[in-house]
Amino acid sequence: MGDSLRLDAGFVDYLLVAAYFAVVLLIGFAARRGVSDSLDFFLSGRSLPAWVTGLAFISANLGAVEIVGMSANGAQYGMSTMHYFWIGAVPAMLFLGVVMMPFYYGSKVRSVPEFMRRRFGTGAHLVNAISFAVAQVLIAGINLYLLATIVEALLGWPLWVSLIVAAAVVLSYITLGGLSAAIYNEVLQFFVIVAALLPLTLIGLHRVGGVGGLIDRVTDSGRGEELTSWPATDLSGFENPVWSVIGIIFGLGFVLSFGYWTTNFVEVQRAMATKSMSAARATPIIGSFPKMFVPFIVVIPGLIATVLVPEVVEARAAADPDFDYNNSILLLIRDVLPNGLLGVALAGLLAAFMAGMAANISAFNTVFSYDLWQQYVKKDRPDGYYLAVGRWATVGATVAAIGTALIAAGYTNLMDYLQTLFGFFNAPLFATFILGMFWKRMTPTAGWTGLVSGTLAAMVVFVMSETGVIELPGQGTAFVAAGAAFVVDIVVSVAVTSVTAPKPASELAGLVYSETPREVRTDPEAHLLPWYRSPVPLAGIALVLVIALNVIFR
Amino acid sequence: MSSASSSNDRPQSAGAFDIRNVIGALIGFYGVVLVIMGLVNNTAEEQAKTGGWNANLWVGIAMLLFGLAFVLWSRLRPVVVDPPKADADRRD
Repeated sequence: MGDSLRLDAGFVDYLLVAAYFAVVLLIGFAARRGVSDSLDFFLSGRSLPAWVTGLAFISANLGAVEIVGMSANGAQYGMSTMHYFWIGAVPAMLFLGVVMMPFYYGSKVRSVPEFMRRRFGTGAHLVNAISFAVAQVLIAGINLYLLATIVEALLGWPLWVSLIVAAAVVLSYITLGGLSAAIYNEVLQFFVIVAALLPLTLIGLHRVGGVGGLIDRVTDSGRGEELTSWPATDLSGFENPVWSVIGIIFGLGFVLSFGYWTTNFVEVQRAMATKSMSAARATPIIGSFPKMFVPFIVVIPGLIATVLVPEVVEARAAADPDFDYNNSILLLIRDVLPNGLLGVALAGLLAAFMAGMAANISAFNTVFSYDLWQQYVKKDRPDGYYLAVGRWATVGATVAAIGTALIAAGYTNLMDYLQTLFGFFNAPLFATFILGMFWKRMTPTAGWTGLVSGTLAAMVVFVMSETGVIELPGQGTAFVAAGAAFVVDIVVSVAVTSVTAPKPASELAGLVYSETPREVRTDPEAHLLPWYRSPVPLAGIALVLVIALNVIFR
Repeated sequence: MSSASSSNDRPQSAGAFDIRNVIGALIGFYGVVLVIMGLVNNTAEEQAKTGGWNANLWVGIAMLLFGLAFVLWSRLRPVVVDPPKADADRRD
């Protein structure tokens, strides 16, 4: 990040940023009043309305990594970036709400690893809980590092000052208010982000002469194919358009996205914080509506930058491989937003980084307290004890995140590899979960051997691609690695199941479809809900909408 | 479903802590600041950035209306968190 990124922020801009931080801390203090036991702290007392958790559900994922990264993809690949939202997120979110949430919510588990433990026992649980906890601290550190670099570039604060200030803010509102505070801040952040990015997109479009002007200018610069989202050969790295479509649908749309959205506790925890089964199921489904339209204010600004921001125009024209497209949206903000709106944008970006980190840490402290500490270290203590453990785990995770942020500052590539590595744990997880939920014969041994061998398969593909044994440019490696993990997990699980002993059926109630009484996996009051609050009709509408978007912007 | 939270009967009116009031207040405050900026600081330099559009003013007005709408929403449909049965009479 060079000096050219330096934004011309004035007093009013800082005032708007300060107002945001003041409100964030207020929420922490206010949420503290409501925290009286560990269920409150970790799952918000299961009391939040579905529209709040639905917005938090996508907001936890709408960190600045996503905003900066997806607008960069928009600047580099154009409209095919839409696949990350329409193919790579919405279908999996609907699947989570319609099919999987009844098991998560109905079994009354407090975390995704806890579901793993009750279905498959200790082996699979330890693999899942430890890999998840370590990954969260690491990702929190990466979020923190990116936040600090942006603050450094935009405002000129030294890296270590912004690291500590940001960590202190996140720490104070989570230790005070627990998950409620994290969720409320995510909802607030969502609105601030939209308030910043929607005007950015509209003013940007106005500057290039409207939608028609944008289309003309992109076409004039010889990049007309970037206005179409299919077959996205640049994005997938497959030259053959047919393989590209298959790779995107199965690799990104099925294995990668289902693995991420349906088993990632950071996301699922938000749905568990609701008051009823219907609200829990509606959470990812309500979230899918804004998720469909978020790319219009994230990807389109990236595309606008390629015709409006001199640096990006130049880099595209010269096909400069060294240009950091991650700066595209920041450069557009610099060129387009007047003082005032600039402050809103700064507050939104800072909020996005903090929300990402807060989501990681609030998921970490739940898994650490319930799944690791209570399960394996100190059992049967009073509830207040685990509440205290949760608060200390938050402090520990925040300090550790500063540590990983400093490592990330020194070894950027190492962090990239580690993040890819933890991505590998997601793909086999989905295979194990879906088999375990619908196949009662599947044994505990199959649970953990499937997970481990699936993860190994993904790593083998990754290492082969890195060392040049197989040639797959771009996202192709990730798609193939995820696919391999999925297939190997299923094959190993089935093979191991056939030679080991299953759990007795009586222990599988609430965990496996055929052994779960209907009243446990449905909401007894579901028929009282109006259609716009029932999960399945809403999911149907979302599905029709996302298909329509794919057709319109093909 | 909230079996644990019904074990202690603390007061459950959301009041000022209702997230809709918080959102309404913050976005509304941003709106006021932006409208003032649009009225007093609409210089040629700012106009060049936005392409001649008084972005602060119009976005500020939109945010002000949005903030008012959220505060109004929470006034008209206040949240009653406890007991679980309250779900039926809290339509939003």
